[in-house]
Amino acid sequence: MIMDQTLAALRAAFGELPTSEFRGQTRVVAPAATAHEVLGFLKEREGFDLLVDVTCVDYLHYRGGKDRFGLVYLLANTRSNARLTVRVMLNDPQPAIRSVVDLWEAANWLEREVWDMFGIGFAGHPDLRRILLPEPFTAFPLRKDYPLQGRGERHNFPVLHRAEG
Amino acid sequence: MALEEKGDSPHLPERPGGCCAQMGTVPFFQPTRLDALVSWCRKYSLWPMPFATACCGIELMATGASRHDIARFGAEVFRFSPRQCDLMIVAGRVVMKMLPVLQRIWQQMPEPKWCISMGACASTGGVFDTYCVVQGVDRFIPVDLYVPGCPPRPEQLIQSVVDLQEKIQREGTLRGKEFHEPSRQRPNRALQEEQGD
Repeated sequence: MIMDQTLAALRAAFGELPTSEFRGQTRVVAPAATAHEVLGFLKEREGFDLLVDVTCVDYLHYRGGKDRFGLVYLLANTRSNARLTVRVMLNDPQPAIRSVVDLWEAANWLEREVWDMFGIGFAGHPDLRRILLPEPFTAFPLRKDYPLQGRGERHNFPVLHRAEG
Repeated sequence: MALEEKGDSPHLPERPGGCCAQMGTVPFFQPTRLDALVSWCRKYSLWPMPFATACCGIELMATGASRHDIARFGAEVFRFSPRQCDLMIVAGRVVMKMLPVLQRIWQQMPEPKWCISMGACASTGGVFDTYCVVQGVDRFIPVDLYVPGCPPRPEQLIQSVVDLQEKIQREGTLRGKEFHEPSRQRPNRALQEEQGD
């Protein structure tokens, strides 16, 4: 019921957006160009004040997949307990989107993790560095075209011998 | 220094005729090599550095606790400063972000020092054959003993300490000459083969 009102308000403001529902969870696909406006609208007008997670899915070789990356924002309304998934499809080369740190401070580290693992650029992020992997790492290991055993990064260390102490 | 019990004393070279001045049945003095004496002192006071990164670390704690009681073998003084330790126990998987830390801690330990690689992950990477997990710490630091198991039981770790004591007694020298032998300088096993995968 609450979700119907939210979706109706979204349609009124941004036109027709693809929506779907699975086991009581509602999903909205927002276009990359206006994703920041959609998320800002959901926060300011519809009360989705909590950003639960920002994560990403790589749809390379996915059956029926047309876009490469699906950026996922999980939102929650702490008053009505409503939850909404907003998905933004991004593509090579240089997948990038505007950061939402100005809306939710929680997005800071979440977007850093997505950058670290998938290489999605976030324009306007205050501190877009790797968060989990070491700084010299160059690849984005959760992309599907990255081999599971890596490209030799795990062997790229000096070898200590006894005589060297 | 009176060393009464033959079974526990440093190896005594046999000398025909003997040179022990006997007082009753207890030798008043006993000739030995200085290396053997020093190794005998070292092997019963190993100070472990617990480099515990995963579930092997829990077994390492159990080994140090009262039930299994590694103090019976003189290795109970766990120190969390590498500068006070001479036995590094690598317990658990080591990821590529942790390996520079491991190498730095190893370099901070004073000589003579030894390393036990505890468990499947520390020795080979275990089931974690992924881009970020080091496939055996012996590729990058010298390792004296490997303990199999996932995780090993405390008895196995204690056995490795006993084996290390034997190794120290067998080859230990006052100035650590054994660490400079060519057989201990060889490059790490199978590293070149693995890099081709």
